[in-house]
Amino acid sequence: MTHRKYKFPSPELRAAFPRTLPILMGYLFLGFAFGVLLGSRGYGALTSFLASTLVYAGSLQFVAVELLGQFNLLQAALVALMVNARHLFYGLSMLELFRGTGRYKPYLIFSLTDETYSLYCAGPVPPGLREDRFLFSLAWLDHLYWIAGSVLGSAASWLIPFETQGIEFVMTALFTVIFLGQWEGAAPRTAARKDRIHAHLPALIGVGVSLVCLPLFGRDAFLLPAMAVILLTLTALRWQQKRKEASHDPDAS
Amino acid sequence: MTLTPLETGATLLVLAGVTLLTRALPFWLFPGGRTLPPYIRYLGRVLPPAIMGMLVVYCLRDTVLLSYPYGIPEALALLTVFLLYRWKRNTLLCIGVSTVLYMVLVQAVF
Repeated sequence: MTHRKYKFPSPELRAAFPRTLPILMGYLFLGFAFGVLLGSRGYGALTSFLASTLVYAGSLQFVAVELLGQFNLLQAALVALMVNARHLFYGLSMLELFRGTGRYKPYLIFSLTDETYSLYCAGPVPPGLREDRFLFSLAWLDHLYWIAGSVLGSAASWLIPFETQGIEFVMTALFTVIFLGQWEGAAPRTAARKDRIHAHLPALIGVGVSLVCLPLFGRDAFLLPAMAVILLTLTALRWQQKRKEASHDPDAS
Repeated sequence: MTLTPLETGATLLVLAGVTLLTRALPFWLFPGGRTLPPYIRYLGRVLPPAIMGMLVVYCLRDTVLLSYPYGIPEALALLTVFLLYRWKRNTLLCIGVSTVLYMVLVQAVF
């Protein structure tokens, strides 16, 4: 590792910028939508800036717009935990890569969003560049795009007051697209019907349990019971699978 | 309802704290790259699609099914997301087109 003086823009930043261009598009667009949505609920650019700077988690921030309709810290904490549970596994696959990133490491961990994670997975650090500075450049560029998009969205909803009724569908569409992507990733369409149903069970459980809990507990209260029942059902499913495997395979220990 | 600045700040701090916790936990728990308990690995695989399914239902919780407009705007917009995704696989295109369609439907048609 060479210890040259940091010059702006560093070769690491120059190499990182082109790789972040798809995220620039995506984050400006989604961040903008977040800002407009937040604005439609009466929150200004400061809230938008703080949320995107401090929370910096796309899906959760969209849910947070709804959570800001009623003051309930426990619900906010549990929703954040469940929505962000996937981060636990991003971190696990980054243990190796982040080793030796020194003083950049805390920020790299803080800023590990889905999109930045995908950039880390996309390709190796170009030869001759410092790995820690390269990863740091990818991370803060993405963060900057997200903040810029959301503040611009807030500003737009304030400067150009347009009829925002229905804008909340941006959130439904985002989650549906992610859901469809996960659905396709769970099982190839060529797989046997039985295997496909099995692979899609978690997604079906999520939708099914929520649809049952919604009328039972009402629109404002169904998230917490739904999350609990989903967790229990998935755990029971695993338990049942293990028993089945054990009974099919007498040699298994 | 809009929260007071203090309530808003507290909510944001909780969200930020829990998010940071979920991102930092693996680095604390597995500093040496130890292998994960199988149950946790299993949850990592099945929880994301289940929670995303829950969030889709959460977003649609105010849909009016039993009286006018019978959930038609939501159904049409969701169908648009589905077909565009099948056709182009472009996230931003799906979101942009379906949201504009939904806004037109609820503001001008229904």
